[in-house]
Amino acid sequence: MASVNDVVIKIGTVNGTGSASANGLLMKSIFRMGIPVVGKNYFPSNIQGLPTWYEIRVTSDGYQARSNRVDLMVAMNAQTYARDLTELAPGGWLVYDSTWPRSKLLDRDDVTVLGIPLSKMCNENFDGARARILMKNIAYVGAVAALLDIDLDTIKKLIEETFASKPHLIDSNMLAIHLGYDYATENFVCPLPMKVEGMDKTKGHIIIDGNTAAGLGCMYAGATVGAWYPITPSTSLMDAFRSFCSRYRVDEETGKRTYCIIQAEDELAAIGMVLGASWNGARSFTPTSGPGISLMSEFLGYAYYAELPAVVFNVQRTGPSTGMPTRTQQADILSCAYASHGDTKHVLLFPCDPAECFTTAQDAFDFSERLQTPVMVLSDLDIGMNDWMVPDLDFDDSRIPDRGKVLSADDVENMEKFYRYLDVDGDGIPYRTLPGQNPKGSYFTRGSGHTKYGAYTENSDDYQEVIDRLLLKWETARSIVPEPEIHYSKFNKAGILCVGSSDGACKEALDRLSAQNISMNYCRAKAFPFSASVREFIEQHDVIYVVEQNRDAQLRTLLMLDCDADPKKLVSVLHYNGMSLNAEFVSRRILEEHSKGQAA
Amino acid sequence: MTYIAKPKVSHPGMPRNSLGLTAREYEGAVSTLCAGCGHDSVTAAIIQAVFELNIEPHMLAKMSGIGCSSKTPAYFASQSHGFNSVHGRMPSVTTGANAANRKLTYIGVSGDGDSLSIGAGQFVHAIRRNLNMCYIIENNGVYGLTKGQFSASADIGTKPKKGLPNQQEPIDPVSSAIALGATYIARSFSGDKDQLVPLIQGALLHDGFALVDVISPCVTFNDHEGSTKSYAHTRKFYHHVVEADYVPPAEAIKAQYDEGSAMPIELHDGSKIVLRKIESEYDPTSRAKAFKYLRERFNAGEITTGLLYVDDSRKEMHDLMGNIETPLSEYPLEKLQPGNAELKKILLRYR
Ligand SMILES: Cc1ncc(C[n+]2csc(CCOP(=O)(O)OP(=O)(O)O)c2C)c(N)n1
Ligand code: SF4
Ligand SMILES: [Mg+2]
Repeated sequence: MASVNDVVIKIGTVNGTGSASANGLLMKSIFRMGIPVVGKNYFPSNIQGLPTWYEIRVTSDGYQARSNRVDLMVAMNAQTYARDLTELAPGGWLVYDSTWPRSKLLDRDDVTVLGIPLSKMCNENFDGARARILMKNIAYVGAVAALLDIDLDTIKKLIEETFASKPHLIDSNMLAIHLGYDYATENFVCPLPMKVEGMDKTKGHIIIDGNTAAGLGCMYAGATVGAWYPITPSTSLMDAFRSFCSRYRVDEETGKRTYCIIQAEDELAAIGMVLGASWNGARSFTPTSGPGISLMSEFLGYAYYAELPAVVFNVQRTGPSTGMPTRTQQADILSCAYASHGDTKHVLLFPCDPAECFTTAQDAFDFSERLQTPVMVLSDLDIGMNDWMVPDLDFDDSRIPDRGKVLSADDVENMEKFYRYLDVDGDGIPYRTLPGQNPKGSYFTRGSGHTKYGAYTENSDDYQEVIDRLLLKWETARSIVPEPEIHYSKFNKAGILCVGSSDGACKEALDRLSAQNISMNYCRAKAFPFSASVREFIEQHDVIYVVEQNRDAQLRTLLMLDCDADPKKLVSVLHYNGMSLNAEFVSRRILEEHSKGQAA
Repeated sequence: MTYIAKPKVSHPGMPRNSLGLTAREYEGAVSTLCAGCGHDSVTAAIIQAVFELNIEPHMLAKMSGIGCSSKTPAYFASQSHGFNSVHGRMPSVTTGANAANRKLTYIGVSGDGDSLSIGAGQFVHAIRRNLNMCYIIENNGVYGLTKGQFSASADIGTKPKKGLPNQQEPIDPVSSAIALGATYIARSFSGDKDQLVPLIQGALLHDGFALVDVISPCVTFNDHEGSTKSYAHTRKFYHHVVEADYVPPAEAIKAQYDEGSAMPIELHDGSKIVLRKIESEYDPTSRAKAFKYLRERFNAGEITTGLLYVDDSRKEMHDLMGNIETPLSEYPLEKLQPGNAELKKILLRYR
């Protein structure tokens, strides 16, 4: 199994033992060597004690998805040792803590097991239980560095940066690195045939998770009110927003905060707060996950009908119900698209990676204020909580936020009379006023039947007129939401269509398919309602493989509903076990379906 | 029911407030509630309160949930923005609205169903945040709008129009608010405008969460014999413990109060609420004593009214967080983000 810059390392540890920073160190050192990486964290819904894994895919091609192969297993958790061993690809290597040697029964003859007495070495060199546990993690980083030929200076520099304010920790961490590194070089042939070699492919890139990027995007969008109720995997979005605000949102003159984050009593209250704030003219948002969306439903319908902006991030996790909170899925597509009772539908945006989380966050506020309606950003645990290598984020300093049709006090003064729900411009979007500006602009916001003038009604025609105008607004939304990403290969009749985090695995699958001389076209929709080009893409092809991460083909259903797509054309490729999507699965499933199609 | 605009004719002789507005200009659409509904009297008291306080109509925000009571913001201050939200969720909407613009005066109107059942959680948490608002519960012991089911404030033994008397312990918003730490707590009766108007005024001016629980009989479903939220029962067992008077900033406090029993509380605009204790043992500044007194009088079947508790030392929501005085909604967006050059510095952490 000789290879350069194409290796998957998986580290099995126990939750709560501080392995995250060691794994981050390992991944970053490879990234700093100019080699593209993908990091995936598989963690339990638990604070301490259950097994957890971190997977680092080194990919010279710069693929974004996980690989379902493991070449080097660092099996630090005795509990999962047997399982970890089975997962290893034939010809792979397994590193374990040989302080407690394994029985030969636990060997596989097609892999190489490398025992390193990590605990023993750390116990001899460090004092205190906590330090010993932490340093054991750093020591395996040293061992892996030797095995894969990771540059020691790069590691050292990273450690120095990390502990710049606690210099005494630099030496101890470097000692731990050397314990692992030296043991490996002295006892094994290092490096292994699969190894890393410096490249130049990570310049202009960063490693960031989607929630951090989204929180940063909210700060750059000028959001001032954030309301939330903690829920995995969305919590770190508000944490990020808070930390950026604490640095950049302090008024120069007064030293006071220019943001207001409220930890609500539940998601019902969180969305209520967002609506109150946006009604009053602040950019406001709430991050949540599936269960939160369920609770927000009534208010989301209210906002649709009363026409209030709101930005909701749904960092999707595995359902139904509490499901598997620390696993990923795209299974809230329908529940978000049609959240609430009555004829209600919502604009959805689908970022595909952290870089798009940053820009989509900004766009979401613009669309939501332009359209005066909730906009939901459908991220997921994979994007939100995993570390992705993405191009540097850029903020356009000349960007002018779109606040939509808000009349100023003067605008209102110069009008004969202001009516809240009148479609003056013919695009289905009425004008609104903000409280506190001009008494002439006052109106009564209500979820009950209202006329286009904003008055209460139970008159059928008046009611229907407003409900129909909302459909016109929906078409306006279709015309302004982001266009899909479309790639044509050479002329062919089949295409792959997906949204969000399925992007990386689908693109890689396209390469795998074309290696077998099957070329397909590609469309990644970025928003619902689907823009006309999504419909065209479907119409252009005989078969569309709709790849999505849920059991019930929710994206396919939505395409049928919104694009009037022929169901026979839309062939589902469904992945819903909670793990991030991988290209091997996508290409294999497409090939299976494709050969069925050929046979028929 | 369609919208009926009320003709606004101001008579030349009508009194004007310092903004030059008449009380008429604080009115709203014609009420569609049942004739004699207590809620309409509360609406009238609100109109008088905001008129006398010289509140600029556009600086008042009217918030509500769902119920007959929650409809009433349509019936006053038509020149103010209103937000008739969903059932039980007025507190969260008001919290967000206030977060965005702390300069407005917030008046929330709710019902006993809206606040003590479906919205109990939000009511509690608005208190916990010491949200700066005047929170009126129009308390009739029933769900008026859904036709007369008991609400959580129905007293034990209350007879419904049909069916068996209530056997469940009532939730009293006033004692709950004391226990939860609300900073201004009053109770009154829709039929006692003299008492109600100054209590609402004090609540509007209080810097923090101000609750006014108003017994407001439902003539259609809960005004019969055996109902403890009827006009007759309320009048009979009505008991003032602390009288409150509102004194505008310019006026001196008249000397009509006995030394010791009169207690002026200065509000942030310089005006005062003067409390006059009718029951000498009552102490509206002690949570423990107020709570004990209320429970005792409640057990004796009395409805204790007045400004029952006040604490103006606690910080309201924004001040607790250290937020800027400028409404966040008015803060220029371009000053809210540090620009691309700074972004590049932020990114260094992610390399
Ligand atoms: C989610 C939801 N559930 C139920 C209702 C039906 N509903 C409307 S008003 C109301 C009770 C209102 O009671 P209260 O707040 O005491 O107001 P009142 O009519 O007595 O003034 C109910 C249950 C609703 N509007 N929304
Ligand atoms: S039903 Fe009761 S609460 Fe509702 S309007 Fe009629 S009297 Fe008032
Ligand atoms: Mg009621």
